[in-house]
Amino acid sequence: MFRWIVARDLILAWRRRADVLSTLFFFVIVVSLFPLGIGPEMQLLRSIAPGVVWVAALLASMLSLSRVFANDYQDGTLEQMLLTPQPLYLVVLGKVLAQWLVAEVPLVLMAPLLGVQFDLEPNTLLILFVSVLLGTPILSLIGSIGAALTLGLRGGGVLIALLILPLYIPVLVFGAGAVDASIIGANPAANLYLLGAILVFSLVFAPWATSAALRISLE
Amino acid sequence: MNINWYKYASPAAFYPLAGKMIPWFAIPAAILFVLGIYIGFFIAPTDFQQGDAYRIIFIHVPAAWMGMLLYVLLAFYAGIGWAFNARLASMMASSLSITGAMFTFLSLVTGSLWGKPTWGTWWVWDARMTSTLILLFLYIGFISLQAAIDDPRRADRAGAVLALVGVINVPIIYFSVQWWNTLHQGATIRILNKPTIAPPMLAAMLIMLGACWLYSIAVVLVRLRCIILEREQNAARIAEAAA
Repeated sequence: MFRWIVARDLILAWRRRADVLSTLFFFVIVVSLFPLGIGPEMQLLRSIAPGVVWVAALLASMLSLSRVFANDYQDGTLEQMLLTPQPLYLVVLGKVLAQWLVAEVPLVLMAPLLGVQFDLEPNTLLILFVSVLLGTPILSLIGSIGAALTLGLRGGGVLIALLILPLYIPVLVFGAGAVDASIIGANPAANLYLLGAILVFSLVFAPWATSAALRISLE
Repeated sequence: MNINWYKYASPAAFYPLAGKMIPWFAIPAAILFVLGIYIGFFIAPTDFQQGDAYRIIFIHVPAAWMGMLLYVLLAFYAGIGWAFNARLASMMASSLSITGAMFTFLSLVTGSLWGKPTWGTWWVWDARMTSTLILLFLYIGFISLQAAIDDPRRADRAGAVLALVGVINVPIIYFSVQWWNTLHQGATIRILNKPTIAPPMLAAMLIMLGACWLYSIAVVLVRLRCIILEREQNAARIAEAAA
């Protein structure tokens, strides 16, 4: 069931490739706007790079989140999934994994490249990559709660941002903190461990909250 | 005396009771406000470091406490309402959200009014201020989610999920912000840097806290009555006529 959901969502995403690419380009464009707004001094850019990349990643994941359940909700597939004997937890986990693979992994791969734009050291680029790799699954997991709660509501896209962005703050703090620590030559391990801890915690609890929210939204 | 508590779990039955309870909280709240403001302005001594500007803490500190406490209460009531399908508890949660957001906002505004003469700046990215700001965002999320859903029962339950997720996140957010703050800046400015506090100051602060408590209960009950009327108009009117 789990594998079936993941495979199905990946196929659906493959058939609508433009959606995936638009999220990725949004991420690239937002990050590239900052030097234009702030000025080309490399010293300043280097110090704001972690925050800029991370904030752009949060915003980019907002874009794709509203689509996690929306299409299946509209054509009634989601309702059928709720009726299957398999635990809803697995269905949600499968959909979140697919969303992460489709929408977030390109961001993870692109992040070091954008770091080069901001003149980061190779070592720091590696930390940036690891922190985004650990952090984006958390964004998908927590974001799925918001996506489930706002299913079928007016202005769902903006509402999701209001609900979920405050909950993303720890991820932003620790993710950007790890890269920051690496820039100033400190050990980023503590931040990465904390990100890992939040990942495990949200892996256990977020799909459960999302299932509850889906049941409420589909009553 | 034998009270049937389940009877008052029904919004219609609670409606007249809430009406009777409101003056019992509103009048003491007014008395305590007057008393607290009197002690705060006329009896409490002037602080030798901060001058008279410090007197804003008599509203600032109680407002900040109420803002945090009401969020926990909101999550508690929303959770009860969701778990036991108790309409009244969910209505209570919606009713608490506005008062809680108001107090959180008040504590931010009074805090920055105090910060300008004392620190020389309206806003500092201090751990406590930042986490209060995030608390306000959580309130806004809850209120806007409930406002966006037309069906009141779905709004109650969706709000409950959000409030519970939020309340689990509050400590994580708090510690992450504190840590972020120590990472970025060397020294954190403590809000109360005095080791001791003069007894009249403490008395005024506690009295104001009591006043804010009673005010919150009274206002929440008034709003609760409005929500009951909105949702269950006929039942509420009949119950009040019978009582």
